[in-house]
Amino acid sequence: MDAAAPNPARSRVVRNAAAIGLAVGAYGLSFGAAAVTAGLSTLQACVLSLVAFTGASQFALVGVLGAGGSAAAGVAGSLLLGSRNTLYGVRLSSLLGIQGPKRYLAAQVTIDETTAMSTAAAPEVRRVAFWATAASVYGLWNLSTLLGALGAGAVNTSSLGLDAAVGAAFLALLAPQVRDRVGLRVALGGALLAAAAIPLAPAGVPVLIAGLAVLPAVLRR
Amino acid sequence: MIWAAVLSTSVGCYALKALGWSVPARWLAGERLQRAAALLPLALLAALIVVQAFGSGHSLSIDARSAGLAAAGIAVLRRAPFLVVVLAAAATAALVRAL
Repeated sequence: MDAAAPNPARSRVVRNAAAIGLAVGAYGLSFGAAAVTAGLSTLQACVLSLVAFTGASQFALVGVLGAGGSAAAGVAGSLLLGSRNTLYGVRLSSLLGIQGPKRYLAAQVTIDETTAMSTAAAPEVRRVAFWATAASVYGLWNLSTLLGALGAGAVNTSSLGLDAAVGAAFLALLAPQVRDRVGLRVALGGALLAAAAIPLAPAGVPVLIAGLAVLPAVLRR
Repeated sequence: MIWAAVLSTSVGCYALKALGWSVPARWLAGERLQRAAALLPLALLAALIVVQAFGSGHSLSIDARSAGLAAAGIAVLRRAPFLVVVLAAAATAALVRAL
């Protein structure tokens, strides 16, 4: 570390934020492609990325719609996945001390990546970490969604295997979150509940039923 | 119908974020609520994997998408970056379909 550089902690945080944005960009390309493959227009894919701006929820909606599920089932699954952002908001609002109307801008960029970066940062660069990650991820997520949607619209998505990319995206999201046996049990429980529900429940609903897999871990004292 | 889903998801996801910034912290501080919110994504993502890779209508099937998922699993175990995981799945599924 170069102690003579002006504010090295700050520039390190900004560099990390840029790197996270690039990684998210790869994910955005697959979201744009998946959305168009599922039957959304390029505009609809872009509205989701601009306004909903929370990857797993967006993927969940297009996954359910693409599998022939109802809009209600798709929206419900998507909002369940987005509910963790509420808890991130609680944590960040006390951590960052952002006041006034700026809170509502901060709320829009309250997601996995910005929460992880600002909670990991040293207190004096916490706000820089939050806003730099927000700018980098928001910009690249939306740009890559547009490019992915335009790209998928121009090719035969099934013969390129792009429909298989959605399941892979969920796996790549899930794997780093399974940190212990409780997490593993919940994930396996969710998978089994979904598999059992697919023949019985309307499309999209198996994903909601799978949410029940958290109950044993949550109710235990 | 797709627009209705897109708009309600968009507005709903923003509202969930804004809620966290608006309510007093102690309202959402319950240990069980915290644990449920932390674990819920695991159950839902695992279910979405099953639906995407094995679901076809109301039955489960093993096809090119499942082969793609297996390739993605190998990539994840080797700690490959996100894009590599996704491309491995797509390329494998495309290959299986081309055979």
